Amino acid sequence: MANPERLAGAPEANVSTEEAIRIENMNKWYGSFHVLRDIDLTVHRGERIVVAGPSGSGKSTMIRCINRLEEHQSGKIVVDGTELTNDLKNIDKVRSEVGMVFQHFNLFPHLTILENCTLAPIWVRKVPKREAEETAMHFLEKVKIPDQAHKYPGMLSGGQQQRVAIARSLCMKPRIMLFDEPTSALDPEMIKEVLDTMIELAEEGMTMLCVTHEMGFAQAVANRVIFMADGQIVEQNNPHDFFHNPQSERTKQFLSQILGH
Amino acid sequence: MSDLHAQTVPYVRDTMLPEQSPPAAQSGAVRWLRENLFSSWFNAALTLLGVAVIYFFIAHYFPWFRHGVWNAASLQECRAIIAEKWGPEASGACWAVIRERWNQIIFGFYPTELYWRPILTFVLLFVAMAPVLYTQLPRVLLWGTVAYPLVAMWLLWGGSIWPVVMIAFGFMLGGVILRIVSRWSALGALVAAIVVPVLFWAFLMGPIDDDLSYIAPIALRPIGSDQFGGFLLAIVIGVGGIVMSLPLGIMLALGRQSDMFLIKTLSVVFIEFIRGVPLITLLFVASTLLNYFLPPGTNFDIILRVMILVTLFSAAYIAEVIRGGLAALPRGQYEAADALGLEYWRAQRLIILPQALKISIPGIVSTFIGMFKDTTLVTFVGLYDPLKSIPDAIRNNFEWKGIYWEPFIFVGVIFFVLNFAMSRYSMYLERRLQRDHH
Repeated sequence: MANPERLAGAPEANVSTEEAIRIENMNKWYGSFHVLRDIDLTVHRGERIVVAGPSGSGKSTMIRCINRLEEHQSGKIVVDGTELTNDLKNIDKVRSEVGMVFQHFNLFPHLTILENCTLAPIWVRKVPKREAEETAMHFLEKVKIPDQAHKYPGMLSGGQQQRVAIARSLCMKPRIMLFDEPTSALDPEMIKEVLDTMIELAEEGMTMLCVTHEMGFAQAVANRVIFMADGQIVEQNNPHDFFHNPQSERTKQFLSQILGH
Repeated sequence: MSDLHAQTVPYVRDTMLPEQSPPAAQSGAVRWLRENLFSSWFNAALTLLGVAVIYFFIAHYFPWFRHGVWNAASLQECRAIIAEKWGPEASGACWAVIRERWNQIIFGFYPTELYWRPILTFVLLFVAMAPVLYTQLPRVLLWGTVAYPLVAMWLLWGGSIWPVVMIAFGFMLGGVILRIVSRWSALGALVAAIVVPVLFWAFLMGPIDDDLSYIAPIALRPIGSDQFGGFLLAIVIGVGGIVMSLPLGIMLALGRQSDMFLIKTLSVVFIEFIRGVPLITLLFVASTLLNYFLPPGTNFDIILRVMILVTLFSAAYIAEVIRGGLAALPRGQYEAADALGLEYWRAQRLIILPQALKISIPGIVSTFIGMFKDTTLVTFVGLYDPLKSIPDAIRNNFEWKGIYWEPFIFVGVIFFVLNFAMSRYSMYLERRLQRDHH
């Protein structure tokens, strides 16, 4: 677990009042199953939000709606001033501004680490290859694996792969980062190295939304914790009050199950 | 006795064990035999049975090969030589027919003095394929690959060089238009890049060709499709079909996965229809029905028609093979490509297809091998395939009437060599694309 003291000092320090993401009355169904119900959420620039909740509560689905990996059926999602509709141009624009890190890394196994990192900048941002490689090396150094640049993802450990995935997202210079259970597929020994990278990112003021079960990380880094159950936002609060003074019964039950031992 | 008593004494290792090399591999022929052939009574029985079967076949057929005659002018002469040498009851192969007529099995009825043209075409085929098959080679060579089909067409069928140059010019024209107009509109560019070359071919090609042929009459002796035959024909149709069916198959596979209803439906209908119909039916369509659909007066070459139908046939199979590869990719690959903002075609070209095609290599190559062998079915539409039509033509000669196995064996060996080479290349490719280990 990450060190709970690191960022606790000034959680609101670099949060601006500018809106990064606004979700209004968003609903989503899988067939007739109502997965997301009336979601309302505003994320400000520089905010670090941890989304927690039991599995099947819709937390992954919610953040996947933000870059339109999932389509919402009613309500409104505005990311960085662009509303997500069926307009493909808007979707591509949002996707190039929003980085995403997946539970299973989803690196491209047929490309080297460096190629993984330069692909999108070269083809989407039209950055010259040379420049893209320099940027990639910069971020690979940041996640502490520059020496693996010419290997293929299959040759790296899970933790290293996930750090490459973070570097790959950062190479697009995103304004918002989404993390979908980034440590759930990792061996315990490797969770820390990924969380450390995420903490470093948070310290630099990145707007982050993390779905995670790492409550230590939530306490250390988040300035807001959102608890979801049954497709709804049940409770949100600052981490201190969320963990020490939960209001709803559902939250208390959840916390007692994950913190009880 | 060890010092370690698990129940009573806590144990801490103070020196870590160094890595050791594995024990030397246990070898020896006897050991191998025991492990692989005689590991149990049942296995031993099977081994003996297998040896007996092999012995039976060799004992039965070997004399036929051993009695083979290479020098004779006719089947009668062969038989006379065998009877004289091995006794009146002996049977033997009459390889003399191969020695005498191998060129027909390879080249059909192509004029002997022009054999250099198909041979040069065949050699150039490897030059054209090299940069595709071996990515280490300089990329400039790919221009030769692009030009190859037209060069091959001209070399094989002959005639004036100018129509071929015109066709190439039409393609270049389309390419230039596509590049220029796409600055304003992608769809407009696509339409213009198709319409302008077609108009050029339809209206300008004839007059310009006449003029150029008059000014600079560069031409090879024209050879009609009826003079093609044997492996020349099989390889022309096979290579043409392979080259055209792969891109078509990829498009069909993507079409079948498309979200767009019309494209998906058309792909599914096409694939299922083609797979549901025997190849021979399509070949008959090529030889008879296709002419009804074409504008009157156009005489479309029969080899080209057959090649197109063979292409459609194998493209349907390729599409299904590639669909398997696409389905085998984890959803995460599509999602990661989407999340990075790659648009559909880029994601397909850079992320999805390289992986899906790699998974599909064995299936694709199997389809190609199957298609190459199926080219022998063109015998049913009157083309001279190497397996039936050519040997029949040879048997029609008085000297070789009654010869049976020898041409089949010769043709079979050549097919095996070509197909085995394809299969080996595919295995090389799979190994080279292996990315999991160092």
